[in-house]
Amino acid sequence: MAKVTTPKPAELVTSIDLKPSGKEWMDTPAEIKPGTFCWGAKAKNLNIVEFPNARDWNPSEEDWKLPENWQEIFLTGMKNLLDKYRSFKVFMDICVRCGACADKCHFFIGSGDPKNMPVLRAELLRSVYRRYFTTSGKLLGKTAGGRELTIDVLKELWYYFYQCTECRRCSLFCPYGIDTAEITLMGRELMNLLGLNTDWISGPVANCYMKGNHLGLEPHAIMNSIEGMIDDIETITGIRINPSFNRKGAEILFVTPSGDLFADPGTFTCMGYLMLFHELGLDYTWSTYASEGGNFGFFTSNEMAKRLNSKIYAEAKRLGVKWIIGGECGHMWRVLTQYMDTWNGPADFLEVPVSPITGTRFDTSRSTKMIHITEFTADLIKNGKLKLDPSRNDDLIVTYHDSCNTSRGMGLLEEPRYIIENVCNHFHEMPENTIREQTFCCGSGTGLNASENMELRMRGGFPRANAVKFVKDRHGVNMLANICAIDRATLSASMDYWVPGVRVTGVHEMVANALVMKGEKERETNLRGEPLPGKEGN
Amino acid sequence: MSIEQFLSEQKDAILKGWFDLVLDTYPPDTASFLKKQDNPFTNPVGHTIREGMGHILDELAGETPSGQIGAFLDNIIRIRAVQDLTPERALSFIFSLKEVVREALRAESRQPLPYDELLAFESRVDRLALTSFGIFVQCREKLYDIKANELRNMTFRLLQQVNNVDEDQGKKPDPAD
Repeated sequence: MAKVTTPKPAELVTSIDLKPSGKEWMDTPAEIKPGTFCWGAKAKNLNIVEFPNARDWNPSEEDWKLPENWQEIFLTGMKNLLDKYRSFKVFMDICVRCGACADKCHFFIGSGDPKNMPVLRAELLRSVYRRYFTTSGKLLGKTAGGRELTIDVLKELWYYFYQCTECRRCSLFCPYGIDTAEITLMGRELMNLLGLNTDWISGPVANCYMKGNHLGLEPHAIMNSIEGMIDDIETITGIRINPSFNRKGAEILFVTPSGDLFADPGTFTCMGYLMLFHELGLDYTWSTYASEGGNFGFFTSNEMAKRLNSKIYAEAKRLGVKWIIGGECGHMWRVLTQYMDTWNGPADFLEVPVSPITGTRFDTSRSTKMIHITEFTADLIKNGKLKLDPSRNDDLIVTYHDSCNTSRGMGLLEEPRYIIENVCNHFHEMPENTIREQTFCCGSGTGLNASENMELRMRGGFPRANAVKFVKDRHGVNMLANICAIDRATLSASMDYWVPGVRVTGVHEMVANALVMKGEKERETNLRGEPLPGKEGN
Repeated sequence: MSIEQFLSEQKDAILKGWFDLVLDTYPPDTASFLKKQDNPFTNPVGHTIREGMGHILDELAGETPSGQIGAFLDNIIRIRAVQDLTPERALSFIFSLKEVVREALRAESRQPLPYDELLAFESRVDRLALTSFGIFVQCREKLYDIKANELRNMTFRLLQQVNNVDEDQGKKPDPAD
């Protein structure tokens, strides 16, 4: 029998370490701790998209099964990126470490880990840049802020580039305009070269490449799911909706994140789209091929993001639609507004979006030919085209979370608020340094919305949750609205931990609850099947 | 002089000393940020900890009605339960209060506090520690619940569909009939 050694009381006392080591950051290797990282990518998923160095590996094990020449791959890759993207080179060179960004990151604020300061997270890579790509660093090494690319350094880079959600809040405060999100993008490209992807990202990428959406839903599964929603809508409103799929000649193609098809509360948002389009009699179609607005490829490499996104225009062309509406999603919109045009355009076979209901021409999208559904709906309300009964949402005291990508990425600030103010009677903003351009990330974007890294997510989600708690305590807020599928999924978890009693909704769920549809029966419940205000006793 | 009176008079100094000891559990760069920023939204961790500790001291000093201590402890521990801290380090702040109060008493030049008063105070801190263990465990359990719920929610609609399909199949007439 094994001998059990019990520590003496004195040993127990001295073994409790209440203070951090106090060593300099370069001398503190990252400790890969459970709860803070996502599982490594599986070889089968990387092989599907022909990503290099595919293998099964586990970040918590000592051996990451790296290729023998991993340093050469990394440094050659870095050289290529520095040559290709001038912004990357500039961002590596110009930071003066003023610290303006240091305390703006939700991960630093929530975790207290100095390596989550954007300046230091970037410095992890800058130190390698200096050592291998600058004369001073080559000659003077650590004295010039450079350091060798060791296995510990590689692990640290991996660990912290998967603790950044590319939300770009820090870039707002940088006097030089350094976009730390771009540094993370480059960092992840380099990890990608070594097969150091995460399972949570590479699985959806492989699914999307094969089936057109992250969940890997095949056409019949998508149609089944929407069929289920249609049944629910009929129960609630008495109206049978009959949407079309892959219909050639429709005026509009509708693309939404696949999270809306299966995961609550996104499904209620999706029911909202269906009800709104039916009420308008919109000539639109769903596609079971371009069945994903989101793009997890964006969290691996530029090339992969481009490949996955190409299906949207390709499907629009195949179906012969005139223009595209996109659903409530976050990073989807950063990709669509900032990248799609140069990646997959020009979309010269499409027309500038014009609302068939109001005649409004959306010139802001004259190049991409794709508008956000909140732009479409806000315009409908502004033109008095919807009959709304906001009192049906009277049980909701709402606040609005700006998604990082729609606010900082595309300036979509007023439309969602305008809609919310028209579909419900109780709306309260969170403090101004936590909303609009300064919004705090949900803490789980850029493919960090796995479950195994829950501690990390809770840390990153705290600054947002703290602001929600403030409006809950002050105004009794019980519903957190947003226009992002990842928000809908992850803020639910964040609220559950930090602010119990606050639920999460998409804006179009509230629109559909308030929408008075032609020929509907008297509604008893909302889309969640809960009694409407005043109908509780029925 | 009672312990309540002492805590009330020395509150600012004790709170400062107590907060400084909590900051010692973070790396120096982080401690400096947590200390210097007072905006509750720019620095929610520092603000929540400082505010919570102030309320706990108020209640121990008998200045506010009892009953709120649990909520303020919860606010602090909820944060520290998910940060990169060992459980010992996460909860050490409770015991730091004894340290700070003893230090303040040593510096007190007036009539010393009756020994029983000090022991009674330390027993109250021990009870706070026991409450804190409970809160810490609840927070950790909550994390595991959330993980499990996420997994369930991800598959719930799929399972629902499968079940519906099964039900439908049960209703379908047998082709052999």
